[in-house]
Amino acid sequence: MNDTVQAKPQGYYESLFSIQAVEFTLLDLSLYLLTHPMDAAALQQYSQLSQQLKELTRRFEDQFGPLTHRSVGPNPPYGWVATPWPWEV
Amino acid sequence: MWIYEKKLEYPVRVSGCNPNLAKFLIEQYGGSDGELAAALRYLNQRYSIPDSRLKGMMNDIGTEELAHLEMIATMVYKLTKDATPQQLKAAGLGEHYVNHGKDLYYENAGGVPFSVRYIQGKGDPIADLYENIAAEEKARATYQFLIDISDDPMVNDALAFLREREVIHSQRFREGVEILKEAQLHKAYY
Ligand SMILES: [Fe+2]
Repeated sequence: MNDTVQAKPQGYYESLFSIQAVEFTLLDLSLYLLTHPMDAAALQQYSQLSQQLKELTRRFEDQFGPLTHRSVGPNPPYGWVATPWPWEV
Repeated sequence: MWIYEKKLEYPVRVSGCNPNLAKFLIEQYGGSDGELAAALRYLNQRYSIPDSRLKGMMNDIGTEELAHLEMIATMVYKLTKDATPQQLKAAGLGEHYVNHGKDLYYENAGGVPFSVRYIQGKGDPIADLYENIAAEEKARATYQFLIDISDDPMVNDALAFLREREVIHSQRFREGVEILKEAQLHKAYY
């Protein structure tokens, strides 16, 4: 009954981790900016990283499949359920 | 609404099958100061709290707690998925197994089911914010206790991340108290 976790293609974890790192920084900055809306350095970092996240996400999804329903696209095999769930990797 | 992202907030890795550790971690899944309690508390308080910044705080921190709930679930799942019923029994999860099999359940480390009585919603911004600060500090302490008792350094890496998030959340809620105080000062003088 155990789903076997297939070996991940090369670069999977690295690419995922770079998204996690940038997205986390954005999340933390957005909380910080609620109470520090005038912090120019934080604002600048926020806008720079949000650009970077878009690019990283696009590259990850092209290679490893969608991270959200919005980017599933019309083509199997990269459909929503064709890739492993977060608790399986 | 919410959109699911098919990834964790922070990577969760485990060194191997470890149902003993899983049993302790369930405290942060369905315990009084766990992630479910945190998410439900903030997402419920956000409607009536004054000030858009405070609503943002409740909304965004409540949402992040759901991501933490998923990280805890992932730890428990990975630590128990290969365990035999005998191993679960030896780890004190025999009662859990006969009721829930390998499913997770919203309960604390002692097996007591989650109760919504763990959380408050007082309809009073200062009372709510202080409740939240206390909740974050209790969660931080629980993560420290889990790290102290854990024998898996890979799990501890993710637990340390979660512990640090409680520190940040507490900090933001403290700043929320300052926002309220400022608003009250303005009311008094203008
Ligand atoms: Fe928190």
